Amino acid sequence: MSRMLSLLNWVDERFPLTKMWKEHLSEYYAPKNFNFWYFFGSLALLVLVIQIVTGIFLTMSYKPDGEMAFGSVEYIMRDVEWGWFIRYMHSTGASAFFAVVYLHMFRGLMYGSYKQPRELIWIFGCLIYLALMAEAFMGYLLPWGQMSFWGAQVIVNLFAAVPFVGEELAIWIRGDFVISDVTLNRFFAFHVIAVPLVLIGLVVAHVLALHEVGSNNPDGVEIKKNKGPDGKPLDGIPFHPYYTVKDIVGVVVFLMFFFAVVFFAPEMGGFFIEHPNFEPADPLKTPEHIAPVWYFTPFYAVLRAVPSIAGSAFPGVVVMGAAVVILFFLPWLDRSPVKSIRYRGLCFKVLLFLFVINFIMLGYLGMKPTTDLFKLLAQIGTIYYFVFFFALAFIPKFEKTKPVPERVTS
Amino acid sequence: MKKIIAIFLVAVMPMLAQAAGGAHLDKVDIDMGDKASLHNGARLFMNYCLSCHSAQYMRYNRMAADLEIPEDLVKENLMFASEKIGDTMTIAMSKEDASAWFGTKVPDLSVTARSRGADWLYTYLRTFYTDESRPWGVNNTTFKDVGMPHVLWELEGLKKPVYETHKGEDGQDVKTLSGYEIVMPGTMSADEYDKAVRDLVNFMVYVGEPAKMQRYTIGIWVLLFLAVLLIVAYPMKKEFWKDIH
Repeated sequence: MSRMLSLLNWVDERFPLTKMWKEHLSEYYAPKNFNFWYFFGSLALLVLVIQIVTGIFLTMSYKPDGEMAFGSVEYIMRDVEWGWFIRYMHSTGASAFFAVVYLHMFRGLMYGSYKQPRELIWIFGCLIYLALMAEAFMGYLLPWGQMSFWGAQVIVNLFAAVPFVGEELAIWIRGDFVISDVTLNRFFAFHVIAVPLVLIGLVVAHVLALHEVGSNNPDGVEIKKNKGPDGKPLDGIPFHPYYTVKDIVGVVVFLMFFFAVVFFAPEMGGFFIEHPNFEPADPLKTPEHIAPVWYFTPFYAVLRAVPSIAGSAFPGVVVMGAAVVILFFLPWLDRSPVKSIRYRGLCFKVLLFLFVINFIMLGYLGMKPTTDLFKLLAQIGTIYYFVFFFALAFIPKFEKTKPVPERVTS
Repeated sequence: MKKIIAIFLVAVMPMLAQAAGGAHLDKVDIDMGDKASLHNGARLFMNYCLSCHSAQYMRYNRMAADLEIPEDLVKENLMFASEKIGDTMTIAMSKEDASAWFGTKVPDLSVTARSRGADWLYTYLRTFYTDESRPWGVNNTTFKDVGMPHVLWELEGLKKPVYETHKGEDGQDVKTLSGYEIVMPGTMSADEYDKAVRDLVNFMVYVGEPAKMQRYTIGIWVLLFLAVLLIVAYPMKKEFWKDIH
C-alpha cells in the first residue's frame, strides 16, 4: 500500500492528479437537491463515449467510397462479428444523444441555469449542440442510402440559397455539382475526426466552466453564499461519492431504455433509421418524401414555414439559422432575477409549457409533407418559437415572483 | 408537472402513430422462430426470385447455419447460381440485360424487406392481376405499372380485378376495386398461396437482417443483467445518501 502511495506522490509531484481528482470529483461540491432532470448531463457524456467507441469500431470496416459505402454497412451488419450490435449502438446513440441533450437543455430553461454567472456554460453548451448537429448531419450521409443522399442534397442546397455566392458556396461544400463520392469522403473526414475533436474540446470547456462557478439547482439558490466554518457550502455535497453513485443508477436505467431500442426496435419504426435508407443512393431517383431524422425536424418545419421571396428560399434559411442562434442570447434575453421555475410567475410557466408543445408540434410538422393546414400551423409555431424568447425580456416587468429561499429545499 | 407531462403524452402519441400511416396493406405474421416457414420461404426464393434478383449481401453458408440446413443439402437443392457455399447470392444476369428485358433496373433483394416493409411485400405479391396493356400481361395494385412479371402465376393462377361503382362525394361515379376473380387457376388454393407468400416474405425479412435471429434473445439477457445491476446500484445509492437530508 505504501508503495502505491509513494507512486502516487511521485506522480503528484509531476502531474496534478490528486489535485484534479479533488477539484472535479471528491471536493467538487454540488447542491444536494438535484432531481431527475440532473441525470442528463452525465448521460450526455456517456452517450458521447458510446458514440466514440462504437464509431472507432465502425471505421475499421466501413468504406467511405460511393461504390462501396452501402455494401460495407451491410458487410458490417452481416459478416463482421457483432457488427450489427456496434452499428445499432451507434445509430441508436445518435438519437439518444439528441434526446438526452434536448432534456438537458430543457432543464436549463426550467431552472434558469444559463443566468449569471453561468452564461459561458450555456454558450459552450449551445456550441456543443451546434457541433452535434453538424456531426449528425455528416454522419447520416455515410450509410449512402437514399435518405442519406437526398437529405444531404436538400441541406447543402440551403447554402445555394445565399444571394450572389450561394451556388459557388454549395459547390465548394460538396466538392462537386451534386452530392458525390467526393462529398462522401470529406463528410467522412469531418465526421470521424474534425467535428469530434471540436466536440470533445467544447465538452471539456463546458465542464470546466461549470466547475469554476458551481452547479445551479432546482431552487436556483447559489449554494456558495452559505458556507460553513470549514469553507464548504452548507447545501453542497461532494460530487464523489454522492453523485457518482446516484448517476450509476441513472446510467443503468438509461441503458435499459437504450438497449431495449438497440435489441428490440433499432429502426424505432423508421424514426431512428428511416426505411428508404435501405435503398442505395441513386442520384437519378428522388424519393417520394424527403424528411430529416426526428431531431432535425423542428428546424426543418421552420425552414419550410417561411415563404420564399422571388423564388429564393434564403429567407427560410435565415429564419432557421436564427432559431438556433437565438439560443446563444438567452442569458441576456431573460431579464428575470429569479432563476428557478419554482419561484417564477404563472406567465413564465405557461409560456415554457407552450414552448415545449410548440417545439414538439414543429417536430411533427417537419416530418410530414406540407399541406395548407400544416403550413399554417408551422408558421404559427415559428412565430411562437421567437415570441417565447423575446417575451422572456418583458415578463419580468410585470411578473409576480415568489420569494426565493435562502437555502435549498429538500 | 408530472400530470401535465402525462396528459401531453396521451395527446401526442396518436399523432405520432398516425405519422407512420400510408396506403392499406395486409398484415403479415413474421416469425423468425418458425423454421419450417423459413425453409419453405428459402425454397421459393431460390426457385422463383434468385434468377433475376440477387441478394448480394447474403451468404449461402450463413443461411445454412441460421436456418439449420446442412450445407450439402443447401448445395444440392438451393444453390443454383453459385459454386461455393461461402458465396453471396449473386446472379448471372447483367444490369444491361435486365434493363433491356424489364425496362428498369432489377433491384437487389438483400434489404428490400427493410426498405419496403414485410406488409408491403406480402400485399404486393398477392395483388398481381391480368392487364393486356402491360408488356407481361399483368399489372399490380400495390405497385402500379411495375416492370416485374407475375413469376408466381403458376402457383396462384391469374386473376382479374373486380370493380364496383358507387357515387362519390361530388355525385360522380367512382370505380373502386372490390376484389379479384380467378380466370386461370394455379396449383394452389387461395389460402395455400397466401401461406406460401407469407413464408417467402418471412424468409426475405430474415435475409434483410440475419442478426434478427439472435438479437431478441441476447436483448433479453442484456436487460436482465441491467435489472440485476439496478437491484445492486439502487440500494448502494440509498446507503450512501442515508446521512444527507
